[in-house]
Amino acid sequence: MARAVTNNRKALNTAIAWSIGLVIFFPILWTILTSFKTEAQAISNPPVFLFFDWTLENYAVVQERSNYMRFLWNSVFIAGGSTILGLIIAVPAAWSMAFVPSRRTKDILLWMLSTKMLPAVGVLYPIYLLFIKMGLLDTRLGLTIVLMLINLPIIIWMLYTYFKEIPGEILEAARMDGASLPKEIIYVLTPMAVPGIASTLLLNFILAWNEAFWTLNLTAAKAAPLTAFIASYSSPEGLFYAKLSAASTMAIAPILIMGWFSQKQLVRGLTFGAVK
Amino acid sequence: MGSITLKKVSKSFGDVEVIPPLDLEINDGEFVVFVGPSGCGKSTLLRLIAGLEDLTSGAIEIDGSDATDATPAKRGLAMVFQSYALYPHMSVRKNINFPLKMAGMDPAEANKRIDAAAKVLNLTDYLDRRPGQLSGGQRQRVAIGRAIVREPSAFLFDEPLSNLDAALRVNMRLEICDLHKTLATTMIYVTHDQVEAMTMADKIVVLHDGYIEQVGSPLELYESPVNKFVAGFIGSPKMNFVSGASAKKRDADSIGIRPEHLTVSADAGEWEGIVGVSEHLGSDTFLHVKLSDGSMINVRASGELKAAYGQKIFLSPQEDKVHRFDAQGLTI
Repeated sequence: MARAVTNNRKALNTAIAWSIGLVIFFPILWTILTSFKTEAQAISNPPVFLFFDWTLENYAVVQERSNYMRFLWNSVFIAGGSTILGLIIAVPAAWSMAFVPSRRTKDILLWMLSTKMLPAVGVLYPIYLLFIKMGLLDTRLGLTIVLMLINLPIIIWMLYTYFKEIPGEILEAARMDGASLPKEIIYVLTPMAVPGIASTLLLNFILAWNEAFWTLNLTAAKAAPLTAFIASYSSPEGLFYAKLSAASTMAIAPILIMGWFSQKQLVRGLTFGAVK
Repeated sequence: MGSITLKKVSKSFGDVEVIPPLDLEINDGEFVVFVGPSGCGKSTLLRLIAGLEDLTSGAIEIDGSDATDATPAKRGLAMVFQSYALYPHMSVRKNINFPLKMAGMDPAEANKRIDAAAKVLNLTDYLDRRPGQLSGGQRQRVAIGRAIVREPSAFLFDEPLSNLDAALRVNMRLEICDLHKTLATTMIYVTHDQVEAMTMADKIVVLHDGYIEQVGSPLELYESPVNKFVAGFIGSPKMNFVSGASAKKRDADSIGIRPEHLTVSADAGEWEGIVGVSEHLGSDTFLHVKLSDGSMINVRASGELKAAYGQKIFLSPQEDKVHRFDAQGLTI
């Protein structure tokens, strides 16, 4: 039921929402601001907020010292590859769980999700050894497989929730109308599930892009993505806050821009099936 | 042609037997209604005929050839679902075209059929709209359109009117009956609404707990129900059942009398009672009368009948309209 909200109340709600938003966004904002400061300004006390000598020097140094494009390409390859690979496996899996469930379907879903509760470090050692044996250490292929596996439960869950929303009667109608299983999938199911598949794809891409634990532990130089690029600036030679910030800004910029343009899809994907 | 024969058809889900083995013959061109309370297995039976569920045992013949293991697409039947089950991402034209496209029909011929169906169903102006932009009645017409363009050997309707409001339901009921007269194709129609069953059917199949209680024309079921269940289910308002002395007197365990077959009198009659709520419809008056033994009796009097709340009245059944039942509930 609708409740009458007074104008004061509305203003207060808006203020609270903006405050929370700013608190969440502040670290990112601060990182971006710091990346334009000199090292001295970056650690000055009291800190300077907007009135400092803006400089692009840090970006120049970072680009000079390390090859940003190589890290970027690795990130794109690993995040994109694991997402596509994950979808290829998850679509049929979610499909069968949503439309031809067995008595154990719920258990399987829960079991898959439970693997996400396992501390990653607990399986680091066996996976590390497997990687050495299989020659996957510091390869993009190895990372792609690992990231696909750790995100697979989430992809399957999301797609499953999406597919569950498609009424079974529509598929039955297609069957009555003479559609074979492949035609039913191509002409009826896929077009209806496209928004769901798109938002799953986006979210998984972001998760894989931001993943740091496995990317830092299983790569050295060749396959290192942007997470390793940032980490390389918190070096033992001392702290270079401004350069670290510049590196971080460069690492998060692509995904931030992508997220900005696809926020509608993302919100819908995350809340889909929550109500109703 | 569209004759359908069920031979010892049964269906179980796990250990639960939803439909015990049953036989049924549906003749070409007949309008058959499956009616019964919810959970009686009527929709399951329809889905077995459609091929959307597998039989546990038995056989289904369509036009004399065995269709037991045929896929839904191969059976040549068309189905209209309760939820309409339209394809939301396709226009009305594409929805109606879908079965034709699946059959690989030449687009020119397909368009001709779509236009003809749209004309019959008053959908011509809506062909380019999506289902989301249509009203409930229009959506149901699209679903029917999608079914008729295929020229199936039989139509299956699964409670197609239950999502519509009362006025529209009456209209659509007439339209479906009209369609049956024009096409003269076999139709199987599932409903829990006995009024729909009575008004539309050539043949009614009354189902209860998966069993067929009785098969017959609407008037046969109304006049000669084989047991108490059919007697109580068919007819509105429901038949009154009375046991005790009145039943003994007529050599029965219990007797049934329809509300319209009772005579009301102010001073003498077989049963004495107190008038409770009375409903005045103008054309009819419904009285809810409480008898001295506490049981309730519904009375339907034609025209207007004045009866005050709490007034004492007498009721007598019309003797030739009394239904007699034995202890098992079977008609004597």
